[in-house]
Amino acid sequence: MSDLNKLGLAEARDALRKGETTSVELTKACLSAIDKADALNAFVHKTPEIALERAAAADARLQQGDAPAMCGLPVGIKDLFCTKGVASQAASKILEGFVPEYESTVSQQLADNGAVMLGKLNMDEFAMGSSNETSTYGNAVSPWRREGSDAQLTPGGSSGGSAAAVAADLCLAATGTDTGGSIRQPAAFTGTVGIKPTYGRCSRWGVVAFASSLDQAGPMTKSVRDAAIMLEAMSGHDPKDSTSADLAVPNFEAMLTGDIRGKKIGIPKEYHMEGMPAEIEKLWAEGRDMLKEAGAEIVDISLPHTKYALPAYYVIAPAEASSNLARYDGVRYGNRARLEAGDGITEMYEKTRAQGFGDEVKRRVMVGTYVLSAGFYDAYYNRARRVRSLIKQDFENVFAAGVDAILTPATPSAAFGLGEMSDADPVAMYLLDVFTVTVNLAGLPGIALPAGLDSQGLPLGLQLIGRPWEEGDLLNTAYALEQSTGFVAKPGNWW
Amino acid sequence: MSIDQNTAAKVAKLARIKVEDDALPALAAEFNTILEFIEQLNEVDVEGVEPMTSVTPQRLKRREDVVTDGNQQDKILSNAPDAREGFFAVPKVME
Repeated sequence: MSDLNKLGLAEARDALRKGETTSVELTKACLSAIDKADALNAFVHKTPEIALERAAAADARLQQGDAPAMCGLPVGIKDLFCTKGVASQAASKILEGFVPEYESTVSQQLADNGAVMLGKLNMDEFAMGSSNETSTYGNAVSPWRREGSDAQLTPGGSSGGSAAAVAADLCLAATGTDTGGSIRQPAAFTGTVGIKPTYGRCSRWGVVAFASSLDQAGPMTKSVRDAAIMLEAMSGHDPKDSTSADLAVPNFEAMLTGDIRGKKIGIPKEYHMEGMPAEIEKLWAEGRDMLKEAGAEIVDISLPHTKYALPAYYVIAPAEASSNLARYDGVRYGNRARLEAGDGITEMYEKTRAQGFGDEVKRRVMVGTYVLSAGFYDAYYNRARRVRSLIKQDFENVFAAGVDAILTPATPSAAFGLGEMSDADPVAMYLLDVFTVTVNLAGLPGIALPAGLDSQGLPLGLQLIGRPWEEGDLLNTAYALEQSTGFVAKPGNWW
Repeated sequence: MSIDQNTAAKVAKLARIKVEDDALPALAAEFNTILEFIEQLNEVDVEGVEPMTSVTPQRLKRREDVVTDGNQQDKILSNAPDAREGFFAVPKVME
């Protein structure tokens, strides 16, 4: 077989089972693709030795007939996941040289399932960003280009390296994390599939924390079926994460029947944004028609507090970040600033954090510090948490009225050029998460899948939002939509 | 609510991030842009609404109050920028 790196998880799994290829061959194909793709800056720590060792072990398991779903399948791991003995920096300078003595639960589950780790993937620093431009490793670059242009585009963020790697076939799939859209937005920008499961579905243990009440891990893949396979391997209760749910994990792949007859799909009127490109409106309308064609009932719904999701997010997420990132103090791990004679411990903290954190991270930590400080806690933080309750209630109301899933655009635009937003104020960048952030605030599962190309040949995505814990049903609706859109476009290999 | 340079300096101090004096005006301006955005929340009627504490209505699990981990001093110190004699080392805290 040729071009093994271009396979998806399901195809590769089936080929392995039929003996048509081996995990070592698959892994070598990916490692070779990775080495030719340094221009994308997706893989920032390559682990070929670990990969080949695990591939050989997977081949042995396959031969013995002891092969879980992910056995022998090469994947990339976002740098936010701590991986034992392998640098894990959350794309921050402050964690330069940090080599964990432990493995995150999600990456451990993937390893136990036989998955092969190819290396660590680029991302925005501490997952704070929507374009992968805040990384200490430099920008990740999208494999996609506008027609007739060689301008470098963002793969999205924060899981930009994951999205670029999957879209460019450097790996079969990758892990991502999503606090306000960091799986779904990059998936939409790169023509890939990304699902953020219900809060609590995947363990957060060993994943560098950004905003603990919003963070969730999830898979980034080449198809909805692959997302179902990988999500199942990543999910499950973990005693080491007290917020992980003690619920059985269904066989998500078995739920992909493509039959959505009688399902009620809500179209929220508040997601018609002023100034949204006509192409996005058209894509959204087409998605609605396709689901209707497949037998679903389309209903107009209202989520009245949508407008307040982003401002609430930009109180809650920085507040939690300021608390979570307090641990980077130059004492226990990572970088310590060089001190001058007479510097005490306060100077050590202040210099270490000033030198180790990038601008966006500093900005969010300080905003978080401000909204939590005496005198402002009620006015900002508590008010935002009240609004969050209302946002969740909006969703509960429409689900109580019988809606099974909600269809929205994934992003308000296609991917933009790297550097194009550099003069914009921070809020302009925050607005990119307008359709995804509500889902994190409400703790719901959301999936982005490619639905078409814009006039410049760039992928555009749609998002489906599901009921809590019903990822299986959500994946099935996405599967039906995927079959209708028939999206097969791939970026040309210029790198 | 507008943030002046003194407030920006105070916030930087609370966050333990050194900000040079000449960077304070730009920082204060950025804070104000973000806060102006956040202040939309004041339009929402939150009377009688409880602040969210947990997004999923589950009770935190309890476990036996016993030691389940430990005896890994070397591993814990392995990433320290400065570790001596089994301890994390820091600059002088008291005179």
